[in-house]
Amino acid sequence: MVSVTGIPGTGVPGVGPARPRRRLVARPAAWLVWGAVIFFFLNLLGVVGSVLVSSFGRQWFDTWLPEGFTAKWYSDAWHQFTLGQVILVTLEVSLLVVGLSLLIGVPAAYVLARRSFPGKRAAYLVFLLPILMPPITYGIPLATVLYKFGLAGHLSGVVLANLVPSVPFVILTMTPFIEQIDPRIESAARMCGAGLRSMFLRVLAPLLLPGMLASAILVLVRTVGMFELTFLTAGPDSQTLVVALYYSMSAAGIRAQQSVDAMAVIYTSMMLVLLVIALRYVNPTQLVARVKEEPEP
Amino acid sequence: MSVTTSPHATVATGPPRTPRAHWRHRLAERGVDGQLWLLAPAVLFVVLLFLYPFFYGLGLSFQPTKGGPFSDYARFFGDAYQRGTIWTTLGLALPAALLNVLASVPIAYRMRGRFRGKRLVTILLVVPITLGTVLTAQGLLNFLGPTGWFNRVLMALHLTDEPVRLVHNYWGVFFSLIITGFPFAFLLVLSYLSGIDPTLERAAATLGAGWWQRFRTVTLPLLMPGLATTFCLTFVLAFSVFPSAVLVGNPAGETRVISIAAYQAAYEQYDYPYASAIAMVMGAIELVIISVVLLARTRLYTGSSGGKG
Repeated sequence: MVSVTGIPGTGVPGVGPARPRRRLVARPAAWLVWGAVIFFFLNLLGVVGSVLVSSFGRQWFDTWLPEGFTAKWYSDAWHQFTLGQVILVTLEVSLLVVGLSLLIGVPAAYVLARRSFPGKRAAYLVFLLPILMPPITYGIPLATVLYKFGLAGHLSGVVLANLVPSVPFVILTMTPFIEQIDPRIESAARMCGAGLRSMFLRVLAPLLLPGMLASAILVLVRTVGMFELTFLTAGPDSQTLVVALYYSMSAAGIRAQQSVDAMAVIYTSMMLVLLVIALRYVNPTQLVARVKEEPEP
Repeated sequence: MSVTTSPHATVATGPPRTPRAHWRHRLAERGVDGQLWLLAPAVLFVVLLFLYPFFYGLGLSFQPTKGGPFSDYARFFGDAYQRGTIWTTLGLALPAALLNVLASVPIAYRMRGRFRGKRLVTILLVVPITLGTVLTAQGLLNFLGPTGWFNRVLMALHLTDEPVRLVHNYWGVFFSLIITGFPFAFLLVLSYLSGIDPTLERAAATLGAGWWQRFRTVTLPLLMPGLATTFCLTFVLAFSVFPSAVLVGNPAGETRVISIAAYQAAYEQYDYPYASAIAMVMGAIELVIISVVLLARTRLYTGSSGGKG
């Protein structure tokens, strides 16, 4: 934190570094930087805004704004794309993925955080790989295997495929979280006669709850937004919202542009609701990536 | 292991379970005991859903529908249309990843530290990441299209007389990579930068270093490892570009990236061995680039107070 605040003329004589950096008449570099940021946000606003405006527009050809506004595209989209069912599938898939990945990931994270054992580095590396690989690379072999066993094309296949990046993600977010819980608490519980089971359920679980909530919400956001893996494994009745959106977009021209836009807005608002919930519990940078740099053994 | 009647073991544990307790004890000394079973579901999961499919795909890629074990690879590299996808992908992913990282540095440098509205800025930046490429593609089609707002503004400012073609070509995909990739890179760089001890730079300033010198010789070396990691993660994102290459790009020509080639082999020609071969080529290229960057990174300083985030 640079301690120079908004006070004008902070440059106390003699203290070299405290230059008045935050005055309104900033250096050209500052203007350039802020200009770039504002330009980026304007374009972002344009990208999101044009979808939003178009979804309410009656007709929109060669003008700044559509001629008249209507909400009929939403009901159109809802019926045309059977959005009720798609949203249901999306929720089912994401909740299953969240539950299963916590169930698998948290115990593993506990062992990785607390114990040292031969092959720990190798285990870490294997858990890291699915995050470092692009989904399409492992998604195609994975989808092939899932089709071989008849799982792809159904809800179970979609859930299994989405677990691949989610479980490592839970492990990687939970391990540092468990590391910072004092191990003496567990020892004390064991000494007071708690078995492994009740130690986990009555001592560790309440302590881990905030971390589990954070990683659950992160997995939820990622799963709802995960396109590639769902796309490769979904059948006609197991599409999530993103995949349905993609299909309706790539078949553009068959359906009115506006109803596709309406669907995109529904997807956006779903993501934004999740995002607002997520930001109550996690740091924005955590939404981006949480890859522990070098696993210390 | 098979020391059954050793007096040592008899003393250590009860006589009836001697041999069993013995190896258990020895394993426990090395850190292997019953608690490790907690790792079992995760290991089983990784083996079944990641390693097995991966090696299955690897094996499949050597069993083409016709020809010798390497004929699918030969087919891919022999066909200029297919081989070109590698360069197309790199031509999109490398500049996009580089631009994202390089643009993030000055902006993050200016925005580190506290200021009003910082949280708002970071929240706004998270939005395009969570929205994902499909929605970005849809927005870009509307926004950058010939009658979209962007071209309207350009024409209203008389910067151009006719709409600039920005979608269904290289630039559409490039912009979508920037819109989703830049916030990602920025937030990572910002967290790396905030991890650098600010007193170091102030110390340099008391020794009379100007801002450029401070940045060049103090902050940048500490930030470099973080930049390398950021570049890798951004590159992975950009390299696997698929939806936007189809939707805002020109999937038959200019932006036919390697993931489209793999997808077409698998889902349009149903040639899984060939698709696996392409996926393997894709993974290999990506790993080569990442390991080059990470190898270069090991030559950098990664000690404490470095930008490790």
